[in-house]
Amino acid sequence: MSEVTLGASGAIPAAEVEDVELYHPKSWITKYVYSQDAKIIAVQYSLTAMAIGVVALVLSWLMRLQLAFPGYFSFIAVEDYYQFITMHGMIMVIYLLTALFLGGFGNYLIPLMVGARDMAFPYVNMLSYWIYLLAVLVLVASFFTPGGPTGAGWTLYPPQAILSGTPGQQIGIVMMLVSLILFIIGFTMGGLNYVVTVLQGRTRGMTLMRLPLTVWGIFTATVMALLAFPALFVACVMMLFDRLLGTSFFMPSLVSMGEHLSYGGGSPILFQHLFWFFGHPEVYIVALPAFGIVSDLISTHARKNIFGYRMMVWAIVGIGALSFVVWAHHMYVSGMNLNFGFFFAVTTLIIAVPTAIKVYNWVLTLWRGDIHLTVPMLFALAFIVTFVNGGLTGLFLGNVVVDLPLSGTMFVVAHFHMVMGVAPIFVVFGGIYHWYPKVTGRMLDDTLGKIHFWVTFLGAYAIFFPMHYLGLMGVPRRYYELGEMAFVPKSAETLNIFITVAALIVGAAQVVFWFNMAWSLFKGRLAGGNPWNANSLEWQTPQTPPTHGNWGKELPVVYRWAYDYSVPGAERDFVPQNQPPATPHA
Amino acid sequence: MTTMLLFLAVIAGISGWWLSQQRLTAKPWLEEGVLGGFPDTGVSPRPAVKTGLGVFLAVAGCLFSLLISAYVMRVDLASSSIVDKAALPIPNLLWLNTGVLVLSSAALQWAWVEARRGQTNGVRAGLLAGAIATLVFVAGQLLAWRQLTQAGYFVASNPATSFFYLLTGAHGLHVLGGLVALGRTASKVWRGVAMAQVRLSVELCAIYWHFLLLIWLIVFGLIMGWADDLVSICRALVT
Repeated sequence: MSEVTLGASGAIPAAEVEDVELYHPKSWITKYVYSQDAKIIAVQYSLTAMAIGVVALVLSWLMRLQLAFPGYFSFIAVEDYYQFITMHGMIMVIYLLTALFLGGFGNYLIPLMVGARDMAFPYVNMLSYWIYLLAVLVLVASFFTPGGPTGAGWTLYPPQAILSGTPGQQIGIVMMLVSLILFIIGFTMGGLNYVVTVLQGRTRGMTLMRLPLTVWGIFTATVMALLAFPALFVACVMMLFDRLLGTSFFMPSLVSMGEHLSYGGGSPILFQHLFWFFGHPEVYIVALPAFGIVSDLISTHARKNIFGYRMMVWAIVGIGALSFVVWAHHMYVSGMNLNFGFFFAVTTLIIAVPTAIKVYNWVLTLWRGDIHLTVPMLFALAFIVTFVNGGLTGLFLGNVVVDLPLSGTMFVVAHFHMVMGVAPIFVVFGGIYHWYPKVTGRMLDDTLGKIHFWVTFLGAYAIFFPMHYLGLMGVPRRYYELGEMAFVPKSAETLNIFITVAALIVGAAQVVFWFNMAWSLFKGRLAGGNPWNANSLEWQTPQTPPTHGNWGKELPVVYRWAYDYSVPGAERDFVPQNQPPATPHA
Repeated sequence: MTTMLLFLAVIAGISGWWLSQQRLTAKPWLEEGVLGGFPDTGVSPRPAVKTGLGVFLAVAGCLFSLLISAYVMRVDLASSSIVDKAALPIPNLLWLNTGVLVLSSAALQWAWVEARRGQTNGVRAGLLAGAIATLVFVAGQLLAWRQLTQAGYFVASNPATSFFYLLTGAHGLHVLGGLVALGRTASKVWRGVAMAQVRLSVELCAIYWHFLLLIWLIVFGLIMGWADDLVSICRALVT
């Protein structure tokens, strides 16, 4: 360990950064609309993502209504149902979760947590948001085209995605692909920023091993996304060629309505490989930021240092690397070679090891901690429970023999909603309750927060727990209505009604959250700079909310890691990262 | 996906090497005080844009690896080789284009050398030569497309032509994007901005052009069918 000799004051003078490096907004428009400030861009990203998320939420209501009361709702035709499924999945996974974790939390937290004034390339960062917004608008516009949005399922499998008979085959699918292409271009611009800022923008003393785990999670997820999204990009471009130019990258010879189509010789499996080469890392692109954020929430609200920091970092990197060699476990049912399947089952099960390490470390951080059951902490705890739940069913599905019969059932729906729907959303909420005071300077209301938490938490279990049973019973997913099936008992219909009622309540409970956000913006209790007594740098800014440039004249100097909570002998139960050591080291 | 996995292995190797330099075994809970090493001063040793370009090249490399992966898998599926001469007659013009792209890359390398020496005239000449050669390359590629379409080989004619247009098109778009950056650099040089400030831009352009050349050589080799033997050797090794 090489330590710098400290000066007489016990601290090294901070590095000053010249003012000219910063971009200065001159008008309201450049400050709040065409802003190059990562914090404003983060808020823009978050609000856009949440707004489109509401659309996806309503779509899930409509789907649930159809499943519980088939035949009652004349405005939900078969085509509509498939369009709802497709758009719900696509929006939630890509336009909500990916954008919110990386574009929202990433933009806000990375520069503040590493002690930088802004992202490395603010202009490119701004472009990233506007291209993302364009992608969202194209997606929304596809609802209003003749034929509506695509109904090909969120995986967009060819050949059916671009053949007649699939809803949205005319224009919807084209707009979907264009929207994804735009999203990926926009994301790449943002992603370059997040990676380069972590690599190059860290302040003095901020070594990699002193980064809060939130930054580690977002950083690793961004690297993965930069490497995985090109696969989706290539798949989308090639499918656009197939749809618009008549090529046959993914299209086999087909007979439709007794006529030979001009397609021939292409391979749908090729698309599946490309899609899942993106699709599986995508799970961890959403999960790793959640892992990081939840580590920080737990440590802060349990007033204890994170257990096994090094293992946490190694596990994040390990999961990131492993997640690139498991993609074909989504394709067991595609008729692949069994040895191939065996390989992917093994890698899938191996990835459980670093993930389990993380779960143990969270639990051990809680062990004998001074647990404050604040709203962020409640959401963090709910995440652990839910993630373990979804992770365990993942172990089932990772095995070829178990996956084959279950893959077409509601069991899979329950699994992926638990592990990458509900669990990361809990972290999103936890993160918002945790950092809202920094973003706005005011606390979110605690009572409303607790109502929101309990309804969402218990409701989510009421929705997705029974689905496991439906799946084991053999209730198929993707079906518009069940109809008469010998193996599905009548009680399954009752259960479906129960699930739908729960889904309606949970969805409605989000109104509480929106109201809380809007109300607290003006009426919330003033938060002060560091309401949670946290250590990481974002809580040590001179102003709250942080002004443009984040820090005053001088950048902070980092003297320790972010988890010095309840240090014996310290005057307070937390020691901020930028607090100099009490006695100079020799 | 073997090509993509090979590319990822390279990326993983670079990342792993970098991480191994970062004291990942440090015990941060025991270390108090300002640490030496990175970043010792407020300024990090490498310019952020250079790291940015590196990351971008990794992403672009990913894109082309995936396209090539798709191509190789497609060849696998076809009963006969899709690089059949009948399916796609390779225009001889591509040889000329390759030569021109090599020239542009060399010209920018020269501009970079001159920039390090501080020779404004040399930089201007290098950039100009590079830009002209690149424009000739793009025109040549378009001409090759025209020759093919005139001979009746359209994008949807057969798998070989589809991949030909896709790969050359993707490469061409990257070249055009590079030309924008080159134009901005050149305008700085012609406006007489101090050489110390443009040196980095010139260097980045040169690096990007070498990357484009490398990608083109790989794509060209693939289209010509030279890679077939390599692919089959690899497959024999894997299976």
